[in-house]
Amino acid sequence: MNDEPHANLRTPLARVRHLGAAHSGTRHFWHQRLTSVALVPLSLIVIFLVVSLLGRNHAAVVQILGSSPVAIVILLFIAASVYHMWLGMQVIIEDYVHDELIKIVTLMANTFFSVAVGITGIFAILKLSFGL
Amino acid sequence: MTDVDSPRVKHRPLSPHLQIYQPMLTMMMSIVHRITGGALYFGVLLLVWWLIAAAAGPNAYADVQWFMQTLVGRLILFGYTWALIHHMLGGIRHLIWDAGYGFGPAEREWLTVATLVGSVGITIVLWIVGYLMMGGIR
Repeated sequence: MNDEPHANLRTPLARVRHLGAAHSGTRHFWHQRLTSVALVPLSLIVIFLVVSLLGRNHAAVVQILGSSPVAIVILLFIAASVYHMWLGMQVIIEDYVHDELIKIVTLMANTFFSVAVGITGIFAILKLSFGL
Repeated sequence: MTDVDSPRVKHRPLSPHLQIYQPMLTMMMSIVHRITGGALYFGVLLLVWWLIAAAAGPNAYADVQWFMQTLVGRLILFGYTWALIHHMLGGIRHLIWDAGYGFGPAEREWLTVATLVGSVGITIVLWIVGYLMMGGIR
């Protein structure tokens, strides 16, 4: 150990420049929490909606899903969900996939899947709302 | 990637991994949180299928309704309900921990048990309500 009275105990490694090794600071962590907080009320509303639509016929379901407040809540739910699950699956892939090439491919697949699912769900709600 | 056969790399002791620890409820629930998250990742396809079918028309919607009536469909839906509730309660528990609360030995055990009991309980209540909405068990 260094016996100097005012020795700086920090190693050079500790002085991480700018936003650190990930180049994004704590953004990933923060957005995961942000979406999780948003998803608590949104999930509860969507669960309530789905349960209340059980057994209804197609016409009734279309009318309710296409109504503005319901459509907006489901759009918010889909947007927050796919972002949240995209972030979550990224962490799982980074934890378990160590081969660089396979990691990049699965991370890309994660993005493609999440965006495709999100856009498909949003398209369905917009179609129900605007009756295209 | 590190090259383990390189003479420059010393084989230092690794930090202990999962198998070295005695299984604990908090640890198990942490694993379950990740598994339910992974299941919900694919479970969202059910929701999107339902929405697309509703947008496509009565025939497509009837297909979804038929599938959800089958035993396999109901099992998947039941698992999806539990995974969603469990992941949500587990997420709330993690938010409490993120805020710096609930780390005491009794508190963290209580929170973890509450997550499990809550998720199973709420799932069963939701399904009872669901069956009542459908007009009783068929």
